Amino acid sequence: MEAKSLKAASLPVIYLKPLKGWVSLGLREIAEYHELLYFFIWRDIKIRYKQTFLGASWAIIQPLFTMVVFSLFFGRLAKVPSDGIPYPLFSFAALVPWTFFANGLSLGANSVVNSSNLVTKVYFPRLVMPLATVLSGAVDFALAFAVLMGMMFYYGMVPTVNIIWLPMFFLLSLVTAVGVSLWSSALNVQFRDVRFIIPFVTQFWLFATPIAYPSSLLSGNWRTLYSVNPMVGVVEGFRWALLGTNTSPGPIVVISSMTALLILISGAFYFRHMEKNFADII
Amino acid sequence: MSGIAVRAEKLGKKYHICGKAAGYRTLRETVAETFTAPFRRAGSFLSGERHKACRSKEIWALRDVSFEIREGEIVGIIGRNGAGKSTLLKVLSRITAPTVGYGEIRGRIGSLLEVGTGFHPELTGRENIYLNGAILGMRRVEINRKFDEIVAFAEVDTFIDTPVKYYSSGMYLRLAFAVAAHLEPEILLVDEVLAVGDARFQKRCLNKMHEVGKQGRTVLFVSHNMPAITRLCERTILLDEGGVLADGPSARVVSTYLNTGHGTMAEREWSDPSKAPSGDVARLRAVRIRAEDGQIIDALDIRRPFGVEMEYEVFRAGFVLLPNFHFINEDGVEVFALIDLDPDWRRRPRPAGRYVSTVHLPGNILAEGTLFVRANVCTLDPQIIQFDVPEAVAFQVIDSLDGDSARGDFAGTFPGVVRPLAKWTTEFSTNGCKSPGEREDAKHGF
Repeated sequence: MEAKSLKAASLPVIYLKPLKGWVSLGLREIAEYHELLYFFIWRDIKIRYKQTFLGASWAIIQPLFTMVVFSLFFGRLAKVPSDGIPYPLFSFAALVPWTFFANGLSLGANSVVNSSNLVTKVYFPRLVMPLATVLSGAVDFALAFAVLMGMMFYYGMVPTVNIIWLPMFFLLSLVTAVGVSLWSSALNVQFRDVRFIIPFVTQFWLFATPIAYPSSLLSGNWRTLYSVNPMVGVVEGFRWALLGTNTSPGPIVVISSMTALLILISGAFYFRHMEKNFADII
Repeated sequence: MSGIAVRAEKLGKKYHICGKAAGYRTLRETVAETFTAPFRRAGSFLSGERHKACRSKEIWALRDVSFEIREGEIVGIIGRNGAGKSTLLKVLSRITAPTVGYGEIRGRIGSLLEVGTGFHPELTGRENIYLNGAILGMRRVEINRKFDEIVAFAEVDTFIDTPVKYYSSGMYLRLAFAVAAHLEPEILLVDEVLAVGDARFQKRCLNKMHEVGKQGRTVLFVSHNMPAITRLCERTILLDEGGVLADGPSARVVSTYLNTGHGTMAEREWSDPSKAPSGDVARLRAVRIRAEDGQIIDALDIRRPFGVEMEYEVFRAGFVLLPNFHFINEDGVEVFALIDLDPDWRRRPRPAGRYVSTVHLPGNILAEGTLFVRANVCTLDPQIIQFDVPEAVAFQVIDSLDGDSARGDFAGTFPGVVRPLAKWTTEFSTNGCKSPGEREDAKHGF
């Protein structure tokens, strides 16, 4: 009983009031709910390949088959240059972070809508949903990355010391994927059109990123503009850190990081702005 | 110790209902609207109307809702469908923000707005306990600590590592409720959990809620189950069209609720056929309690016979119907059910038309208290429920203690859900009795 009254003294007080205009990001609350974030990630990983025949090997098959197709059509037939790297390795090194990004994007866009039963029945910081969905893709990324390592070994390539920068490039792809997911998942609640737009966006984005071709095909000024696409920084960074392509990604990465952060921050604010209506319009 | 746990001050929630397209809009609609809106707005401005089109339909699901709930109170929230009960819980649990007004909640809040939220069919029982627990706001250490208790409560121990998609609906529900019931928030919001599950489990749920209340936690309980409300909650808030219509002791508020729109809680009529409970064969039009003289009565003398009638329309001929009534007491106990045995219509397909079926009950059958009548009609072959109205009507059974009821001259608490008047006989002899004279005036009591 004493414990109870002690607790009563420090009970948190929740205020209910109309939400108007722009609201803060509520990052402290997300920190409070970190266990829920963890459980959501854990759930997404657990169920992602449930009742599939090939299971988690899909994580590898997806980028691997794209690589095979690219190698055949772009590498063999169109003879696209590959910065002096064997074409399969050249494209696969880009496809590994790209697949992480693209999957994060398509699953993230639906993350809130797919949890509509939760949104209308339980309170928790809504930001957790797209965040968890994108983060859960990290396991797939790790699997595909292991295959990439195997391929490098097969081609007799040793990673450069620049590999220490790799986590940063991964982080860049993560920031981009989360940022875009925040925008798309919030928009998707109101406009289900997003669901149909995402495949187009992904496809377009794929070709706007130097995955099947090297960015060295573009001349100086164009490259600067080109790197507004954050995935350019990611892909160039991966190739530079792992395969030692001489396209020093410095300026590209700076520009890419800036756009990525811009997408993330604006996405987070937009998401929070829309969030208050989620339960009413979903 | 008993401070205010929940305070609501003039809370209001407005929804925009946009014609047929309630819910999400497509981009095309918005784009089209964006392009045409300036013209329409100019047009409506000129004609002096303020956006008359589809936007104009505003619905206040809640308005001016004010109340205070003290720590440890168990408060029932009742009202007809669409009265704003669920919206209120959604606002209180922060799922949606109020449009106007202000609220304050002291303590962690846990909501049971439909149990099983967040369960994933592919995950095992064990995994779902953790996932669901986390969603409902439990910490992992807390779930670890209560894990065995939850499994035991749900009675699913042998299936704990089976994906819940293979569970029977009963097991699924028990597990879901078990997780939710082991939450330990200071304030618990409950919405209609009791509408599901078998009778035994419902009873355990009610007991659990009772227990929660005894631990000094605050409970807000939304239900259509009037017996459960009167039993569990001391205080009840009645919502009507988004506002608070009554707030006070449960028995009084429940009877206000049953009375709203009707002269008495012993009669209920559906004058608008489109709103009447209906299946594809029959439609309910009225349910009434009548005394032996034909008067509609909501306070019955325990000794007098009475009738319960239902008026209904059959609009599709050719079915054998089974009108039936269920009598439920304040504790939620189904005292008995009666099915129509009228020999004229038994096993006979009914032509279309209007019927009044009355069951005639003798006096001295029900115990004192409030009785709720559930009215139901189903077809015999195939067995399809046409309508089923719990708490269609209610009435009080009163014993005036005149000495000729089953009580005799006893005035204390009298147990039992029925109170038949039975014949007693006594055999008396003096031989072989060890202590003569003492047994005769043995105390009459329970």
